[in-house]
Amino acid sequence: MTQKLMTNRRGLLMGAAAGGLLASSPLVSRFAHAQSSGPIKIGFQQHSTGIGAAYGRWYGRTTEAAVKKINEEGGINGREVQIVAEDDGTDPKRGAEVVEKFANQHDCDVAFGTLFSHVVFGSAPAAGELKMPYFVVSEGHHVASGALNRYTLQPGITDVKSQVQAMAPYVAKNLGKKVTMVFPDFAFGHDHRDFFTAAIEAQGGEVLKHIAIPPTETSFTKYFPQIPRETEVLYHVMVGPGVLTFVKELGEFFGPSSPAIFGFIDSLEAVDLASPGLEFLENTYFWEGNPRYAQADQTEYDKAFRAAVGVDANGASVSDSADVSTYAHMFGCWETLHVIKAGMEASDYKGPEDRAKLIEAVEAMGAMDESAAHPQGPKIFNGKTHQTFGVQYISQVQNGKLVKVHTTSIEDTMYPDEVDYTTQSF
Amino acid sequence: MSIDRRSIALHVGLITVLFVGCFALNDYHQGNVARILVLATYAIGYNVMFGYTGLLSLGHAMFFAAGLYGLGMAMHYGGLPAIPAFVVGLICAAVLSALVAVLALRTIGVAFMIVTLMFAQSVFLAILYFGDWTRGDEGFVIAQSTRQVLGLDLTDPVTRYLAALALFSAALLITARMMHVRFGRVLIAVRENEERTRMLGYDVFRHKFLAVVISGTISGAAGAGYGLLFGYVGATFASVQYSIFPLLWVLLGGAGTTIGPLVGTIFMFYLIDYSSALTNAYMLIAGVVLVLLTLFARAGIMGEIRKRWAPWLP
Repeated sequence: MTQKLMTNRRGLLMGAAAGGLLASSPLVSRFAHAQSSGPIKIGFQQHSTGIGAAYGRWYGRTTEAAVKKINEEGGINGREVQIVAEDDGTDPKRGAEVVEKFANQHDCDVAFGTLFSHVVFGSAPAAGELKMPYFVVSEGHHVASGALNRYTLQPGITDVKSQVQAMAPYVAKNLGKKVTMVFPDFAFGHDHRDFFTAAIEAQGGEVLKHIAIPPTETSFTKYFPQIPRETEVLYHVMVGPGVLTFVKELGEFFGPSSPAIFGFIDSLEAVDLASPGLEFLENTYFWEGNPRYAQADQTEYDKAFRAAVGVDANGASVSDSADVSTYAHMFGCWETLHVIKAGMEASDYKGPEDRAKLIEAVEAMGAMDESAAHPQGPKIFNGKTHQTFGVQYISQVQNGKLVKVHTTSIEDTMYPDEVDYTTQSF
Repeated sequence: MSIDRRSIALHVGLITVLFVGCFALNDYHQGNVARILVLATYAIGYNVMFGYTGLLSLGHAMFFAAGLYGLGMAMHYGGLPAIPAFVVGLICAAVLSALVAVLALRTIGVAFMIVTLMFAQSVFLAILYFGDWTRGDEGFVIAQSTRQVLGLDLTDPVTRYLAALALFSAALLITARMMHVRFGRVLIAVRENEERTRMLGYDVFRHKFLAVVISGTISGAAGAGYGLLFGYVGATFASVQYSIFPLLWVLLGGAGTTIGPLVGTIFMFYLIDYSSALTNAYMLIAGVVLVLLTLFARAGIMGEIRKRWAPWLP
């Protein structure tokens, strides 16, 4: 009996191994090839698993909604848009593999959708080598810094440098000039440290103390006594699974008396503001890429965007009020897909041979008005740096909701060019 | 045919098949196999220490990262051409592995695993700490224009594949040869019975030390190769999951077999690649397959083949 069972199991294993080898064979191709008359295929590099999964879920919903809208309006150049989603595990190695998969297996026309900066860095070389237009939705400064290549663009979301820089005038004028910064001790946090420190000094302020939290940290209380007494503004930004613990412990540390608190909503993205322990956030301020709560002056475009994606007036899923969206970032997918559409139509894109024309068309875009395609607000795309610039929002927690109190100008977010990608050949 | 001739035929035949594969495979699989060859080189390095010497390391990502950052920083900041930068990567990995060997080999068993894990975590955190230079978790890109060797463009898919094959072949042939000479035999003896080997008069520490250095340097060569061929250097490659991967690849393919690391890497790569097309819970599928293999093919794929049908397999 045992022997028979062993034989069957062995047979199963051998079958699995043989199946694996056969599946990896070039003789087996389960995928159809794109044709110029067929659908436009957009490879969606999605963080379905790993540290970016909460973002990936909402990036996915936004992408589906945007593609549905675009297809209902006739697609791109009369062709249906098809999304080919692949999970990159929020891992840079897998990210590069996924880009190769889009190019060589799925025959995608472009790749899009990456959020986490390390995945962008890991994937961009593959996109450049494969000559695959790679539209990222990352808010990293990587594109505008010149670290990547001509095939990588960020037309649908602003970068961290412009966001941080635009906050300094409001903080200095309304909250205080003596700032202590708490940030994660890796590249994203270092960008905040460097860009905000320079920006607040330009406003006549100063950063009293930089408190970097190691990325492996799970308890934060021990760092808070480092905050100098004379601090007028506490600036915080945190990402990852420890964000809720971080904010709760911050509240426990300060109790009823605290300096003015200004945070990036990244610290609470996809987290319900009504979570127990967050009451102390009342009257504190947040940067928001796009206001999570529907505002009194809500535009028709935001209303339509929310309805299409399935987000209620509180920024949560219409089907589950506990499922809070990543509203400050996910509009980037919607806007990027509309930029791809506009670029393909402007360049009369027919197939992969027109990829260079598509990039040139996007580089030439310049101003983008607030519209159904750009519900977050107006933007100016810098064709040289491949980076878009747009308005930023500052909200205050009032009665447990984020209420917009300031909108920056686009000019507040701009800085001198650090690269000119148009000088790079295709 | 003698065992030696069979062994030579196997290795030369494998390299020939992989060479032909460069021209027979379609673009997608050609790119995948190029990547697999570099990762399999990493697994070969791991196999020297785990499969042949019996030292279970949970921190091999530090050696991969030493090669990766050694090459990457030499090219990115030092402006060195590819070959000298590759040598810098090898030296970094060799020095780090010698240092780790001296300290970690004072322990055995579970303690050795924990010490290697802690060293790797220290290297990972050091990369993040010196983020101004390493760009921490984001990492940095090695410019496409600098990834050239002797006028050959390593970003060209065929050239990249052949370069990866050269790297893999060198590691494979070195380890295959090593296991045929006395040094390799002593490593296996250490794995089987350390006390008896010592009693027979062999310097066990020296052999284990050299095994760690050779293993770490081959892993570093894989890291340097990855940076050079794929153009990205980042802290993720120093994280704990990249220490677990070579362990999985070697266990799956067959610890203590020369071609097991390649078989395990191919198996795992395509298992994830195809199962991820079916479901987002692809790691669950990978986990189930691993459990099945652990239960019913404990020696790994090539290990089982050796045990059942081909006892001559090296």
